Amino acid sequence: MVERFASRIPTVGGIFIQMEDELAASITIQGAVWGGAKAFTVTSGPGFSLMMEHIGYAAMTETPCVFVNVQRGGPSTGLPTLPAQADMMQARWGSHGDYGIIALCPNSPQECFDLTITAFNLSEEFRVPVMMMLDECVGHMTEKVVIPEAEKIAVTPRRYTTQPPEEFRAFEPKGDMVPDMVKAGDGYRFHVTGLTHDERGYPSMNVETQDRLVRRLLDKLKPLANGRALCETEGLDDADVVVVSYGITSRVAQRALQMARQRGIRAGKFRLISAWPFPAERIRELAGRVKAFVVPEINLGQMVYEVERAAAGKAKVIPVSHAGGTVHKPEAILKAIVEAAQ
Amino acid sequence: MNEATLEIPYEIPEGARNPVEPFLRMDRMPHIWCAGCGIGTTVNCFTRALLDSKANLDKVAIVSGIGCTGRVAGYARLDSFHTTHGRAIPFATGLKLANPELQVVVYSGDGDLFAIGGNHFIHAARRNMDLKVICVNNMIYAMTGGQTAPTTPATAITATSPYGVSEPTFNLVALAEAAGASYVARWTTYHVKQLARSMEEVLKKKGFCFIEVISPCPTLYQRRNKMGDGLDAMKDYKAKSKVRNGAPTGECTLSKTGEIVVGKFVDRERPDYLELLKAQMIESLGDRYVEPEEACCSEC
Repeated sequence: MVERFASRIPTVGGIFIQMEDELAASITIQGAVWGGAKAFTVTSGPGFSLMMEHIGYAAMTETPCVFVNVQRGGPSTGLPTLPAQADMMQARWGSHGDYGIIALCPNSPQECFDLTITAFNLSEEFRVPVMMMLDECVGHMTEKVVIPEAEKIAVTPRRYTTQPPEEFRAFEPKGDMVPDMVKAGDGYRFHVTGLTHDERGYPSMNVETQDRLVRRLLDKLKPLANGRALCETEGLDDADVVVVSYGITSRVAQRALQMARQRGIRAGKFRLISAWPFPAERIRELAGRVKAFVVPEINLGQMVYEVERAAAGKAKVIPVSHAGGTVHKPEAILKAIVEAAQ
Repeated sequence: MNEATLEIPYEIPEGARNPVEPFLRMDRMPHIWCAGCGIGTTVNCFTRALLDSKANLDKVAIVSGIGCTGRVAGYARLDSFHTTHGRAIPFATGLKLANPELQVVVYSGDGDLFAIGGNHFIHAARRNMDLKVICVNNMIYAMTGGQTAPTTPATAITATSPYGVSEPTFNLVALAEAAGASYVARWTTYHVKQLARSMEEVLKKKGFCFIEVISPCPTLYQRRNKMGDGLDAMKDYKAKSKVRNGAPTGECTLSKTGEIVVGKFVDRERPDYLELLKAQMIESLGDRYVEPEEACCSEC
């Protein structure tokens, strides 16, 4: 990703800079955003751990930016260039404190292209850091990609304030709970801080401001958690068992679902495309009418806990865990589907 | 405090105000700095420098890290960014690359810039990124209660070195020169005229510029080391500092009680990061190179 970007970007009027470390990269992009650019950074494994502080900074300062994480086995240096999906909870909770983020999970090169555009658009709309949570398989995959003409790509422009500087308050939320943006050099003389701040952007360390700010950082994402959650479903109308999966595992699950249907098991697909905010309402609704959820993921149990939480005991939830290094065998997922259907 | 001490023994004309007020967020006063602290003095010098340089203040951005000096960005009536601990320089790098017409000033403390942020300092200097870095060196982590910093002189007593610091101290000006800074100077908060002039110089100079300002921390450094208050620090700086413009920076290491070499040590011309980038891209890509006028897309 970085090599291609470095080669292409000077021919289209952008800048690639290779920073000294991930701490630097993850905040250089935020400086660039406040200077008026759209910006992203890319990492894998330990690099994602190093970026956590600035994911929190982006959430707190409502800086729209994109982080791409090609997941590999961990913990620590773990399994370089071998697949895992074990950073899903880190993407959501890795920085300290309460905040919300968006995480998208492509399962093909085409989706890597399409969802990167979506990631930038969502980051502008909600003013949150957006994680592109690939896994090593999807990250290294070669497949046909159709790149549409530039004018056919919908781009969400940054919503800059139209208020004059004397009236503008940099962190005053609008109707959608998201404040308007501003950039350095336009005469607004605004202030941005990672400290708890009031609507002016000034540090204000009291219980009321903290409550108002932090609740809003989470609440502004609610539309995406529910009605607008991105997912791909198949065969849910008559399903007894639903396989909840994402990334490369969703493609292995597809084979398991085929085999299950061939055996006459009514199995359906629920593929998470936006994993965070988690589409809890959709899962809750399904839980009321299916026997069980099967949740394969290349970790020892992460998103499965979200499924369990949303299902709230109304349907069985069966994890199919894998410590990483390769993908599941379809038979392992099929076995769980068969058990679940009984 | 006795009421009588608050009386000002002269008339203040109505409407009169300090000439630096327009540069400050007066709605945030009073500031958090202790009596006798030198940070306010450096801010006064900085605002004087802005005033004298006739800079367009809408195009000056200030970026701070964390700590007592990290609070400067919050009081400056500029586009101002209070970032994370140690990361003011990479944030400022992004800001500068996205909008090269901005004059980007990094204003932070010694702990922030040279302990947790040391890696970014050397790389920004190496790249000759067009940033003006002002480091208020109070020789201690002050905000958090006076712990040892890489700049704390040997034998000094701190909250985490109750028996005296045993480590050698960092020579910031030598580090800056070795890493490639275009401009390197050191003053103390006693040298207000010289400091303001240096700040004005760097506002007019392209490339990575570094000014170290030795500044007292009466509350945590001086008290523990029985060095008196803010006024005593001024007397100490006056007695011990020696102006040696152009001095070899390797000879300018600070110690607890020794001489404080001050002056402008380095002022050299090197192409900055963006100039080097442009030259290399034109060399390799020719007409295919598209200069980032403004890295922003047309819709934004």
